Amino acid sequence: MNDNSSLRTPSQRIAWTATIVVSTLVFIFLIAPILAIMPLSFSSGSYLTYPLPGLSWRWYDDFITSPRWMNSLKNSLIIGVASTALSMVLGTLAALGLAQWKSRFKPLVLAFVLSPVVVPGVITAVGLYFFFAPIGLTGSYLGLILAHTALATPFVVITVGATLQSFDTNLARAAASLGASPLYAFRRVILPLILPGLASGALFAFATSFDEVVIVLFMAGPEQRTLPREMFSGIRENISPTMTAAAVILTTVSVILLATMEGLRRRNERLKGGGS
Amino acid sequence: MTAASLTGANASTEVPLKRRLRRAERTRQVKALALVAPLLVFLLFTFAGPIAGMLWRSVDDREVRQVLPQTVAALAAWDGKDLPDETAFAALASDIQAARASGTVAIAAKRLNYALNGFRTILTSTARNLKAVPEPGTAKETLGRINAAWRERATWTTIKDAGGPITGFYLLAALDLTRNVDGAIVAASPDQAIYRSLFARTFIISFSVTALCLILGFPVAYLLATLPPGRSNLLMIFVLLPFWTSLLVRTCAWIVLLQSKGVVNDSLHWLGIIDEPLRLIYNRFGVCVAMTHVLLPFMILPLYSSMKAISPAYMRAAASLGAPPVTAFLRIYLPQTLPGIGAGSLLVFILALGYYITPALVGGAADQMISYFIALYTTETANWGLASALGAVLLLATLLLALVYGKLVQGQQVTGGMKN
Repeated sequence: MNDNSSLRTPSQRIAWTATIVVSTLVFIFLIAPILAIMPLSFSSGSYLTYPLPGLSWRWYDDFITSPRWMNSLKNSLIIGVASTALSMVLGTLAALGLAQWKSRFKPLVLAFVLSPVVVPGVITAVGLYFFFAPIGLTGSYLGLILAHTALATPFVVITVGATLQSFDTNLARAAASLGASPLYAFRRVILPLILPGLASGALFAFATSFDEVVIVLFMAGPEQRTLPREMFSGIRENISPTMTAAAVILTTVSVILLATMEGLRRRNERLKGGGS
Repeated sequence: MTAASLTGANASTEVPLKRRLRRAERTRQVKALALVAPLLVFLLFTFAGPIAGMLWRSVDDREVRQVLPQTVAALAAWDGKDLPDETAFAALASDIQAARASGTVAIAAKRLNYALNGFRTILTSTARNLKAVPEPGTAKETLGRINAAWRERATWTTIKDAGGPITGFYLLAALDLTRNVDGAIVAASPDQAIYRSLFARTFIISFSVTALCLILGFPVAYLLATLPPGRSNLLMIFVLLPFWTSLLVRTCAWIVLLQSKGVVNDSLHWLGIIDEPLRLIYNRFGVCVAMTHVLLPFMILPLYSSMKAISPAYMRAAASLGAPPVTAFLRIYLPQTLPGIGAGSLLVFILALGYYITPALVGGAADQMISYFIALYTTETANWGLASALGAVLLLATLLLALVYGKLVQGQQVTGGMKN
């Protein structure tokens, strides 16, 4: 280990070895279920167990040709993209405002803005169900988009807010003193610098909506069922191999989101490192 | 003289400048608030409003009042000590006649049945057998003949209690309490008193999951915080990938692994370790495993950041002063991770309290948490008052814990050197 200097005594070495062993087991615990389900989706048989009788794409074919699954994928994308867009607008504006706003009520407002993350999903869902049903927003895309936006916006406020905190306000002042209008300064100076923060906010927002199922359970009609909602009923009834294919597709989306996030983070670190 | 005029001139230019600055600052603040306002309005409509509506439903009690308006009015003056007088009986008979005509008897019957089991039968049988509005002065006798329950005080206090417009009935019921015939708050009958044990179960599961997350998460966070950045970033993927993977995918994966013909049982059978499949899922074990898997990253990440902030110099100083490693760890390292432990544990506990999907899918009937019953009463039995009251209790518990979490994290930011 690189840390050899601090590992002098035998007891320290034992403790360090124990840490590595336990951590390895925890890593296996964390990752194994996700990995174990993947090969099953390529099975040519219909039993969800090993060894696989053979390899095939039949469950992916099944997924692609099933109107039910494809419709749910379409719904997830529509609702995810729309609520991401809406939460980006609302969240970025709010983060910009909160960064400038000085008041003793600020912690209170911030707590309110972030509360959708903390409040249990069922409570939000029940509240929305009662509130949206009389005005015709249950069983509609608009209702789901609004609800998902409420859940996703806190993440945008957090990530964009964090980026703004490290943003040097002198740059905005410099732009203003050189005659840039506020809008021009925002577009040419602020926006490029906070873009990675915006992008991670968007990823978080999309992931939130894409993974959400409790509100969809309460509010979606048969027409608006999303991919997680379809998986929920699938698990309730009987887990088919097609569901493992759906799981792999969902996981692939997660990996893409995670990789993009990691890339953004590294880029940001590099920029920060280069700046100082 | 010159000095006085100088300061005078200074003062006259300074005050407008100050005022102008203040005005500019105020404009800036108004603009800032205007940027936050759209989100606030939006959340009022899509979040705070709906939740306030739910809270209102937990005390709203207007069904009986709407169906039996004259009875409720007649009972308002009743002291509840003896049977009500003839006017109340006459009002009830007239209300029931009207309700039968408009088909609303069932609405009142459903609400009254929550408070007194069997009330549905009393009301519907009365509605069926009451052929006409009784002659003046005979209502008491007529109703008593149709159903003997009308001769009992409890029947009438139930109607009076349910008269609304607001009630503590559902909130009391959510805490296994009820009002007796004399209006005193007493324990609910054992067959209805299921909610305290439900809250206890929710707390026990959340606590177990939090403890498991802490035990499993601590060594991992320590490893990640101690390893050189290159290697720990790589290992961080093992934490972040599950974090980003859909909850449904992970739950589905655990079922595939743990079910009786699942991967784990098959492998153990194939290895000759077991003959009969082990029951690993649709029980408490399955719920704890799946929830720990989902919530573990929420423990590891705050622990990691609190450990990352601990300078290795402290441990070296302790060692150089002759502290044995265990002492140094317990006395120097561990206390510094306490804020991280607190933040991570509270976060996991708060999230676990409201869990619905995972227990619903991998738990048995005895492992369902409070959220399950809120959902059940909302969509299946349509007992919205009780669903809202249980929701109110869960919300209160969550918000109180979140408040503690907020204080903890805030304190950490001040002391933990996270300010640049």
